[in-house]
Amino acid sequence: MEHTGEQHHPIRVYLVVWGLLFLLSVMSYLVDYFEVRPKGLAWFLITAFALLKAGLIISYFMHVRFERLSLIYAILLPPLLILALTAFAMAEGSYVFNVRAIFFGR
Amino acid sequence: MAQTQSLEDRARAWPSWLRNLVADWSSDQQTFKVNWGKAMMWIFIVSDMFVFGLLLSAYAAARLSTTLPWPDPARVFALHIGESEIPLLLIAIMTFILISSSGTMAIAVRYGYERNRAKAALFLTVTALLGLTFVGMQAFEWTKLIDEGFRPWTNPLGAPQFGSSFFMITGFHGLHVTAGVIYLTIVATQVFRGAYEKIGYQRVEIAGLYWHFVDLVWVFIFAFFYLF
Repeated sequence: MEHTGEQHHPIRVYLVVWGLLFLLSVMSYLVDYFEVRPKGLAWFLITAFALLKAGLIISYFMHVRFERLSLIYAILLPPLLILALTAFAMAEGSYVFNVRAIFFGR
Repeated sequence: MAQTQSLEDRARAWPSWLRNLVADWSSDQQTFKVNWGKAMMWIFIVSDMFVFGLLLSAYAAARLSTTLPWPDPARVFALHIGESEIPLLLIAIMTFILISSSGTMAIAVRYGYERNRAKAALFLTVTALLGLTFVGMQAFEWTKLIDEGFRPWTNPLGAPQFGSSFFMITGFHGLHVTAGVIYLTIVATQVFRGAYEKIGYQRVEIAGLYWHFVDLVWVFIFAFFYLF
């Protein structure tokens, strides 16, 4: 098992994760349905629920929790760089918004 | 008679830079102690994470930059049931279908390793059918929006960037689901025929990695495109 990397886990684990994913999806849908305000709180809750769901899928369905550290680092560290790109994209988007507001007045 | 020379013997005559290069790429080194197919699937998934990361970053930039109002997704994707209008109903159902397909996929992997061929093939087929349902509902959603005048360059409710972001992101994701349905159908057929009896059932787990990744991407699209 250690050499082939096969992942054997009881079905009960998958069913529990499945149930949690359902629950988290319902909760994020309800945040939108009941129009939780202020908007910042709604965004925070939706992002938190999404990150929890992503963590569950990656850890248990994709078995990353049970892999060796060398594989985990190779998989999870590079995508974190996307966050830097997203931050730049958001700064640029806000700047373009201000330029449009100033020069086109709409 | 020509004497058979090993590669190592011949390499002695090579320049040192070439010898080192070949040695580094061929000396049976191994970093990831998993089956090669699994390592390759992970490399593909990491590259695909970058693609979807770029699409969502571009969406963030487009949405923040527009001075026109962004169409409210809760209203755009609402369904009329009788008299009432339920926001995002179709999207919520699609989300639950995709999560369920991830659950059945995980169970298929488990049955594969138990060498329970019939059940593994059954759950793989169920997963593929759920994926097909998801694509069908997405096609319905696209048709509805196009009928209402949504285009990648314009829409009746506000910022034109809404259309380009929507069609690009959901279209690229739908393409992945479609490819996954085909992939899972092939794996299910092979499991059913007993093609993995000798080589082991890790290929089911590898197919599962792809399918769970498609579900993972939908988590972020659902949160950041539909609910924000």
